[in-house]
Amino acid sequence: MNRFEYARPATLAEAVAAGAVPGAAYLAGGTNLMDLMKGGVMHPGHLVDISRLPGLDRIEWLSDGGVRIGALVRNADLAHETKFARQFPAVAEALLSGASAQLRNAATVGGNLLQRTRCAYFYDTASACNKRNPGAGCDAVGGENRLHAILGWSEHCIATNPSDFCVPLTALDAVVELQGPAGRRAIPLETFHLLPGSTPERETMMQQGELITAVCLPAEAARFAGNARYLKIRERTSYAFAVVSAAAALRLDGETIVEARIALGGVALKPWRPRTAEAMLAGARPDPAVFNRAAETALAGAKASGDNAFKIELARRIVVRALALAAAGTPERVPALPASPFAGAITHA
Amino acid sequence: MGLSITLTINGARRAITLDDPRVTLLDLLRERLDLTGTKKGCDRGQCGACTVLLDGRRVNSCLALALSHDGADIVTIEGVAPGGQLHPVQAAFIAHDGFQCGFCTPGQIMSAIGMIREGQNWGSGAGDDPERVREAMSGNLCRCGAYVGITEAVLDAQRAIAEASRRDAA
Repeated sequence: MNRFEYARPATLAEAVAAGAVPGAAYLAGGTNLMDLMKGGVMHPGHLVDISRLPGLDRIEWLSDGGVRIGALVRNADLAHETKFARQFPAVAEALLSGASAQLRNAATVGGNLLQRTRCAYFYDTASACNKRNPGAGCDAVGGENRLHAILGWSEHCIATNPSDFCVPLTALDAVVELQGPAGRRAIPLETFHLLPGSTPERETMMQQGELITAVCLPAEAARFAGNARYLKIRERTSYAFAVVSAAAALRLDGETIVEARIALGGVALKPWRPRTAEAMLAGARPDPAVFNRAAETALAGAKASGDNAFKIELARRIVVRALALAAAGTPERVPALPASPFAGAITHA
Repeated sequence: MGLSITLTINGARRAITLDDPRVTLLDLLRERLDLTGTKKGCDRGQCGACTVLLDGRRVNSCLALALSHDGADIVTIEGVAPGGQLHPVQAAFIAHDGFQCGFCTPGQIMSAIGMIREGQNWGSGAGDDPERVREAMSGNLCRCGAYVGITEAVLDAQRAIAEASRRDAA
């Protein structure tokens, strides 16, 4: 790990000023940043510890029924907040399907949005990576890339965004609140992460010094509470990143879908929201043929970036299955194996 | 800059001066305070061998920067059996052969203690469902593969702790 100057500012304004210095990085839970620094992937000259900034660790219910989640709320605390889990069950399930209990106890909401890709070539400092070293090339192209992107990738970067949390958040129209040297602003999560294009080193809309202060969900997002699921295919049943995942949420009126939301994880450098597929479902009956057509549409633009053509078919099937699970209704309690296709199906002698 | 911090470790307040900001909580415990019960496995947050309770919650101490936790209350494996009386989780690991080589055991035990506490605080307990125990303990790897015994031990310890708190309440 490189040496760094450590500072723990007492106020948001001081933190923003300290974070605006070139080479500065914010430290909150540290679960991703410490790992990246140990691997030499990130080497900030200044570490600005924001973990104790006042007022950012609260879950606030707004008068209009929406919720404002402070950036320093721990992943575990949010997932286990009773009212939150009841109103936004797919978000709670996604959180509980991610990482381990230890990591969820340390990791924060803001940090989750800013976690870096898990592309092995990004982590391996001996490999070429346009994210780490713009212009260096991409060793994932033509390399071991069965887990890489099938949507929105470019020849400069075929990595994926590893977040589970961001997938249902994107489906539910979450908004990110930022504070920076130029003041406050809010950005829809759907547009917060950037596709790689020719500048994969630019990962989000944030500017140097800007800090995530909160993530908000609108009141309308709670209307899906009765039919909202997150489904995640992993190479192990627990404690693994998604190969492909999907959030599905439906608003039903009897046997008719009034409104549908879908987002995919593990397929692109951002949570992928197939709005055309969502629109096809409005007014339709929640049956397999309809779900199949929506899934075909959701993956219509998908293209293998290497040895990962299987992910296109896998993602299509996961969308169908997530929609079917959502239509069947949100379970009373998060399943023993959150977001697992094997929930309730595995028996151990 | 001041690199002095104060931590409460296993009930005792310790004033600590660091000569380097990069020291993790794990390295502080092992290399500077001679508390070597907490193990360094992967040092990257993947194996759980370094699990400690930080302000009552289980975390990977390898990913915690010591400076960032000034004032925190830390419990390590050395602090769970005051007076030499085994913690119910320790006793259950012995009774159920919840280990073979023992390297992951301190982390497993701290993680199980944290898990049982989470169940009490959040109502998210595993109950008597081994699947929920396995899921809640998935952040602790055991390369000897003692998982069957670990699951039984955690279920058993959970029952013993619940029973003891019922007796205390009565």
